[in-house]
Amino acid sequence: MSQIIDVEHLNYRYPQQAADQLTLTDISFTVAAGEWVAIVGHNGSGKSTLAKNLNGLLAPVSGKITIDGQVLSEQTVWDIRRKIGMVFQNPDNQFVGATVEDDVAFSLENQGIPRDEMLSRVAEALAQVDMQDFATREPARLSGGQKQRVALAGMIAARPQILILDEATSMLDPEGRAEVLQTIRQMKADSDLTVLSITHDIDEAANANRVLVVNDGHLVEEGTPAEIFQHGPALIKMGLDMPYPERLKAALARLGVQVPATYLTEKGMADWLWQLRSNK
Amino acid sequence: MAITFKQVEFTYQPGTPFETKALTDINVTIPDGSYTALIGHTGSGKSTLLQHLDALLKPTSGTVTIGDRVITPTTSNKDLKSLRQHVGIVFQFPESQLFEETVEKDIAFGPQNFGASEADALKLAAKMLTLVGLDSDLLQRSPFDLSGGQMRRVAIAGVLAMQPKVLVLDEPTAGLDPQGRLEMMEMFARLRHEQQLTIVLVTHQMDDVANYANNVIVMDHGQVVKTGTPQAIFKDPQWLAEHHLGLPKTTAFAQQLMARGMTFDEMPLTEDQLAAALVKQLPASMLGGGDHDE
Amino acid sequence: MMSKLIFGRYIPGNSVIHHMDPRAKLLLSFYFIGIIFIANNWPTYVLLFAFTLLAIKLSGVKWSFFINGVKPLIWLILFTVVLQILFSASGGHVYLQWGIITISQFGLINGVYIFCRFVLIIFMSTLLTLTTPPLELSDAIEYLLMPLKVVHFPVYEVALMLSIALRFVPTLMDETEKIMNAQRARGVDFGEGNIFQQMRAIVPLLIPLFVSSFNRAEDLATAMEARGYQGGEGRSKYRILKWHGRDTWATVAFAALTVALVFLRA
Repeated sequence: MSQIIDVEHLNYRYPQQAADQLTLTDISFTVAAGEWVAIVGHNGSGKSTLAKNLNGLLAPVSGKITIDGQVLSEQTVWDIRRKIGMVFQNPDNQFVGATVEDDVAFSLENQGIPRDEMLSRVAEALAQVDMQDFATREPARLSGGQKQRVALAGMIAARPQILILDEATSMLDPEGRAEVLQTIRQMKADSDLTVLSITHDIDEAANANRVLVVNDGHLVEEGTPAEIFQHGPALIKMGLDMPYPERLKAALARLGVQVPATYLTEKGMADWLWQLRSNK
Repeated sequence: MAITFKQVEFTYQPGTPFETKALTDINVTIPDGSYTALIGHTGSGKSTLLQHLDALLKPTSGTVTIGDRVITPTTSNKDLKSLRQHVGIVFQFPESQLFEETVEKDIAFGPQNFGASEADALKLAAKMLTLVGLDSDLLQRSPFDLSGGQMRRVAIAGVLAMQPKVLVLDEPTAGLDPQGRLEMMEMFARLRHEQQLTIVLVTHQMDDVANYANNVIVMDHGQVVKTGTPQAIFKDPQWLAEHHLGLPKTTAFAQQLMARGMTFDEMPLTEDQLAAALVKQLPASMLGGGDHDE
Repeated sequence: MMSKLIFGRYIPGNSVIHHMDPRAKLLLSFYFIGIIFIANNWPTYVLLFAFTLLAIKLSGVKWSFFINGVKPLIWLILFTVVLQILFSASGGHVYLQWGIITISQFGLINGVYIFCRFVLIIFMSTLLTLTTPPLELSDAIEYLLMPLKVVHFPVYEVALMLSIALRFVPTLMDETEKIMNAQRARGVDFGEGNIFQQMRAIVPLLIPLFVSSFNRAEDLATAMEARGYQGGEGRSKYRILKWHGRDTWATVAFAALTVALVFLRA
């Protein structure tokens, strides 16, 4: 079976919620090994809750989650957590180690990996995210983007099959965001990693093979980025930015210009405009 | 209310082994009534400058004139209240400053510190809560029971309740979703007109600078490296890249079009400006919607 | 921004002192405090100072750090010294007697000795903290606590707690400053007015600080769990401590110092 994530009829409710209130309602989807899937939705739509259900940080009310052929249960939860690496939103609050290398080694220590192997895996992972010169630095001296790259190095060292990014770039400045996205693309290229990214960032979503839209705890839509991005101004309601070509199309339409209904990339948009002008 | 910096220098922990110079020879004015964007990459000295706007830090040398008050290195820490009442600062993630039992009390906290009676302060609280677009039902709720976006609005209401003349915003939309960001920025634009505020916006979002600001201050290495209108600042992409700054999306896209040979009389900063400029260059047959006969 | 305190700060360096095993440094520093009390005359104190100054010289850390380390404590030291001078048992030549107050030759000498002891202890412990990263100190403490595992004391957990606490000190200091600034901008005066007013000013600082610390702790716990943390058992260790020749030599030097002190004392 090539489905690495299989979620069937997942329902979740926080302990303090009333019995008829659900944060996630009847969510079902699958992700193929090696796929990059973006989960979008506005704040409070339940997307982070969904991510935390996948590795058993939260336990569903009902439903079945299968990760790499293993059904998630109390017995399998620690195995499954090894298969899933997770990077969270706040760079400060997930930095466990007192120095960069200690933090990268944290997952390995938890798995009881012998020290010699840890040394080489940590060094390799740091080199891969280009943080080798910072190995003995303390987190207080790093930028947000650097801290998130250290978190990614921690994932590389632990070699999970699935990487979940829970708004991992949302607290970074534009440079940090670009840095982290570049690192993730590189990781994806280097190994056959499955990536699940929860995001509001259009550039991050554009990297995905598939986009899932969550609203009010329901999975409301699913499609390729091009299919989803066609929604234009409605994207804002889905918790996503509008891609620039869509913004420009809307502005042109307001001035009475006939614009194509299909989604155009920036290059596609520039081609279209250039073509029109040349036909003049 | 204008704020003027004259030859301002600032050094953290002077005279200790940890001495670090954060601001060098700052000469800049934030004009009364302007919407000024303060931009610069992380570590460029923006947040040190920001703390001078409210005399939270005093210059190591030079003077900062805030309205009619002049802050010098020797200004006493006492008696700064009247000044702080006039400059409201919304810090990054302002929801972390909430502490009272109820939303109402938290918003009323500032005015009461500045001498308002409890009754007046509570009245202000009710008014400010609606001003930031929240329902008055929330007044008696604990601020810690609200959603992240609501908490941020309550914190902003708490700053507005001091009825400042200058509103300083440090990355006010960080961590919000796109809809929340849009609503927040529109809210500040509305407040600026309704309350006649001078706004200082510290941001990394060049689109916000393009859409809202009329004056830009660029910082790098603790110095002001450029000031001017957004048009003037964004017309030199290479210079911006050297200072680790990006372009508004429209300007970046216009650059792509220019690389292919299109020309624009004035560098477009927003999609509406670009659309207007493009319409002039497009064939007439594309205009007027699809109903017309070709 | 960090506070101005020198004590407890680490200054990175490359000296032989920096490279010593933290266990050796910690144990020898405690040992030094013990042997200071062997000294009871000028030659012994001069020897202790010579030894301390040599250690400082070897560390390559600037003298000003040590002087600054004494400064915040100077009033406490002088107070103790004055008490000693005024109230210690009389002996030798008496310079002044007034009620229960006696200034005698012995009292004066004792006062000077006490002053010397304070300065020596501060210098040596400042040297320890200036040349040892807090994390290494926590490693050393973990190692020294190891025997307590016999009585089921959770040594690993305590060590991890200590290292996480250290790691969050700068984060929480930044947070404190940020919240203080936000509340000052809302008209709070910290450190002004009477005690009652000052206590009240603390509330708008403490509550947000607690709330944010709890949020951070929750996030951190989630991240640790996601990364497979299940408690100390079965974990391997990335950081290890290594005892080198220089640590043995340092121990020998301290033994020699002890012998010399015993030999020279009155």
